[in-house]
Amino acid sequence: MNVIEMLEKEYMRGDIPGFKTGDTVKVHVRIIEGQKQRIQAFEGVVIRKRQGNSRANFTVRKISYGVGVERTFPLHSPIIDQIEVVSRGKVRRSRLYYLRNLRGKKARIKEAAKQ
Amino acid sequence: MSNGIIGKKLGMAQVFAEDGAAVGVTAIEVEPSVVLQVKTKEKDGYDAVQIGYGRIKQKNVTKPLQGHFNKANKGFFRFVKEFPVLSEKYEVGQEITADIFKMGDYVDIVGTSKGKGFQGVVKRHGFGGGRATHGSMHHRAPGSIGASADPARVFKGTKMGGQMGNVRKTIQNLEVWQVRSDRNLLLLKGSVPGSQNGFLLIKKAKKKSA
Repeated sequence: MNVIEMLEKEYMRGDIPGFKTGDTVKVHVRIIEGQKQRIQAFEGVVIRKRQGNSRANFTVRKISYGVGVERTFPLHSPIIDQIEVVSRGKVRRSRLYYLRNLRGKKARIKEAAKQ
Repeated sequence: MSNGIIGKKLGMAQVFAEDGAAVGVTAIEVEPSVVLQVKTKEKDGYDAVQIGYGRIKQKNVTKPLQGHFNKANKGFFRFVKEFPVLSEKYEVGQEITADIFKMGDYVDIVGTSKGKGFQGVVKRHGFGGGRATHGSMHHRAPGSIGASADPARVFKGTKMGGQMGNVRKTIQNLEVWQVRSDRNLLLLKGSVPGSQNGFLLIKKAKKKSA
């Protein structure tokens, strides 16, 4: 196998659950403060996923105190403690940038039917 | 220990450090080199080891070099290169691997940068260029290259257009991220000159030590 691909595969995590754009996820992030370490959760809608072995990343959007906040995580980063899928969303495109222009009731995403 | 070794650039990958930082590493394939000749202070005036790297067919080697390679009797090589010896004694025919470096060491890399051809001053020297619109006829031109009657010539070394890249470049103080002896791989933090499959000299860093 290609050496570069082999290297990147080594750093990929096997414990990431399958989720798609439009799903609501809770990302538990490890935060290191001096000697101590704590876990902070970031919950919101996945508005994009980008592919690429260990370089893959995804962006989560949430509304915090009326302000839209987006955070992009490397999918295989060691700072992610775990990813919880809260709900599956039904969406018709892979990049939900249109959510940025919507607020309140219009920014909701319909829940997908259970498989 | 030999001061350096020869390798081949395979490409770059992104990996994670323990603290979660994403690190760009360059993978260099370091096939074992063979000691062809040992130079000593008594005989040659300095201590060095001559190594061969990159196996090729016998028919592609000149007769005089064939004789030289036959002394070690370990095949025929594309590169013959000398490195100073820092410690340890070497024997003809002995193999040198990437193990001379270890994690956390610093190395200098010598390679040939990618050729960009004949380039103007904007790309080659980072000039700002002129105005794009409003009747400007001075887009990517260099501007003035000197004064008039005094000195009545253009100074040597004035930055102008010309061949860019395809020159020998040294990158200093790259950190060794990992050494993988099982696959003859050396992983360095950061980028190195040249394209994939380009050959590189890997030397112990001159200005920094672990």
